[in-house]
Amino acid sequence: MNWTLFFQMVIIGIATGSLIALIALGYTLVYGIVELINFAHGEVFMLGAFFAGTVIGLTGVTSENSTIQIIGTLLLALLACMVFSAVLNAFIDRVAYRRLRNAPRLAPLIAAIGFSFILQNIAIYWKGPNPLIAPKILPREFTQYNILKEWAIFGGYFDDKFIRFMAKDVLVIGITIPLLIGMSWFVYRTRIGTAMRATAQDREAAALMGIDINRTIQVAFLIGGALAGAAGMVALIYNNSARFNMGFQYGLFAFTAAVLGGIGNLTGAVVGGLLIGLIWAMSDGWMPTVVPGWGAQWTNTVIFSILVLVLIFRPAGLFGKATTEKV
Amino acid sequence: MAVSSVQARTEAFFAERKAESNDRLRKVLIGIVVVSLYPILDQWLGFGLLGSLIPILMYALLAMGLNIVVGYAGLLDIGYVAFFIIGAYAQAFLTSPNSFFIRQGLVPGFVQNFWVAMLFSWVLAAIFGVLIGAPTLRLRGDYLAIVTLGFSEIVPDFFTNAAGITGGPRGIGQIAKPPAIPLPGDRSISFSSTDHVSWFYLLLAVGVLTLFMVTRLYDSRMGRAWQAIREDEIAAASMGIPPVSTKLWAFALGASFAGFAGSVYSGYVQSVYPDQFQFSLSILVLSMVILGGIGNIYGVLAGALIIGSFDRILAVKLTIPLNALGRQMESWPGIFGDLGSFFATHSLTADRFLIFGLALVLVMILRPGGLFPSKQRAAEMKGDDDNFEFDDYETNQTVRSARRKEA
Repeated sequence: MNWTLFFQMVIIGIATGSLIALIALGYTLVYGIVELINFAHGEVFMLGAFFAGTVIGLTGVTSENSTIQIIGTLLLALLACMVFSAVLNAFIDRVAYRRLRNAPRLAPLIAAIGFSFILQNIAIYWKGPNPLIAPKILPREFTQYNILKEWAIFGGYFDDKFIRFMAKDVLVIGITIPLLIGMSWFVYRTRIGTAMRATAQDREAAALMGIDINRTIQVAFLIGGALAGAAGMVALIYNNSARFNMGFQYGLFAFTAAVLGGIGNLTGAVVGGLLIGLIWAMSDGWMPTVVPGWGAQWTNTVIFSILVLVLIFRPAGLFGKATTEKV
Repeated sequence: MAVSSVQARTEAFFAERKAESNDRLRKVLIGIVVVSLYPILDQWLGFGLLGSLIPILMYALLAMGLNIVVGYAGLLDIGYVAFFIIGAYAQAFLTSPNSFFIRQGLVPGFVQNFWVAMLFSWVLAAIFGVLIGAPTLRLRGDYLAIVTLGFSEIVPDFFTNAAGITGGPRGIGQIAKPPAIPLPGDRSISFSSTDHVSWFYLLLAVGVLTLFMVTRLYDSRMGRAWQAIREDEIAAASMGIPPVSTKLWAFALGASFAGFAGSVYSGYVQSVYPDQFQFSLSILVLSMVILGGIGNIYGVLAGALIIGSFDRILAVKLTIPLNALGRQMESWPGIFGDLGSFFATHSLTADRFLIFGLALVLVMILRPGGLFPSKQRAAEMKGDDDNFEFDDYETNQTVRSARRKEA
């Protein structure tokens, strides 16, 4: 049993897991309110990452600049990505899904699949089919900063071995958690959030109470998009690259997370995201040392099997309540 | 008096339907004859497009199969390529000398023939359809779609990773082609990859057979059960139609036709490897079904022809004039010049999925029944009650004649 590697993978798993949680929340918010699997959500996330690269590139700030400038640029890029992806998501809803509100459920899903392909192609026109390399904005001292070593936690080593708990991991978690808190404050404490929950419960009754349904749905798309945009920027910084087809894998993993946690359930999406992140990291890094013949190439199979098995045996997920179809 | 008038109306109704179906049969036969004359025309005019028509015919096979699942039974399968892979690999396992199973001596000699292996692949794909469908068909429509997608990601991953059996990313080569058919004299019809004419007719024959089976299925008791389930599952179940097994039949039969197409494909290209089969192929076929006319088999064939010919012929051919136009425009002022330099090097093949995605979105928004809709399906997809039928025959006739006058 290789505990060093195990804890290393736990750290990586939590960082990627919180990224997935951000995307999963977009799926779950939209599904909870309009019962639509927003297939294009992964692509909104991917375009967010591309947009982050462009914004940081435009400011011209690099790792040479002062700390204040770097932090300011990162915050600016984060905000810009969130606005960009939010508007993009709401735009797709406005031009396609809203027209299909009264059509059978498969119609908006087919439109969403179509949009996912359109957005991928737009991304290729924009940045080309090769991976986009993240602009060098984080200074080397920051990306190489190992908290365990510098702060001498466990004496800097664990079991006499070296674990990397990088400042970058903290950055990812540090961006994610405030966003999660802000979002749950919005959904549970504001008037629009209450309207959203009411609409999710019973659209007609909510409309009778004077809630503007279309506007409320639009807000759900805006928030989901904003979270996806933030996740896009974080992914670009964390992975150092982004590619036109990354939305497909991240999107499906995040959807699996949302289903695992119980789709429509916000806490479930976060927990599911962390779980999927951990499973991803374990399967990539730790399992090969435990199971002979295992390798990162099986990760997709494992996660999609989880998706299929959860949907078959526990479609309500870990946190959802089992519901029967309304007649 | 009343009885005879009802009888007369019933007879008139059935006579009308018979005339309609005869008319349709005539059109289909004419269509088949025209298509089968195409190779002569191609040679005569020197188009040289026969090689590109072969993949289009395969798309048509896939589209007809997917139409059973999506069009007839109303189940959204966005991982249809999984069954195509299974059919293609089954053919490879049964006929290639490199295959694990043949080297182990597990495949009897007579099965190693193209035609016999094709039947086995067909059945095998259907069995996988049942295996995947049985646990998942209880799920709601959109969940089912995602499960099929997950499954279609797992299948090629498995064929990539289980390298000991499947040859890994390099796949399996030397798959058997159909044995040459001897003709009187010393000549024979052979099926190497360059024999476009013989492959064209083979695929046409397979396509006509598939078309025949699919239309017969649609008019059968099972076909009516699919429509009933699709329109209103609860009502259908109350009428005694078992929903799960009816859907399972649609899923398995749809899968079997994909396996059928896969086995022919693998005999044509003679080597299979996982990268040939991607999620985008499922979407390509889905956009054929939806663009052409969901549920209407002739519309679906038209969709396969439109999208297939764009994919295989037009995208390549139209790029040349586009590039020429771009070179002309490069010297123009302002934005036209920029557009020109974009056009000068742009290849339309890069736009394939933009166009298929647009086809899906636009059809859903503007014309939910597709270009050539089946009347019934168009009304359902639109989600309103324009085509509502009354319980009473007389009223229906009045409404119909009123509609006819309007049109």
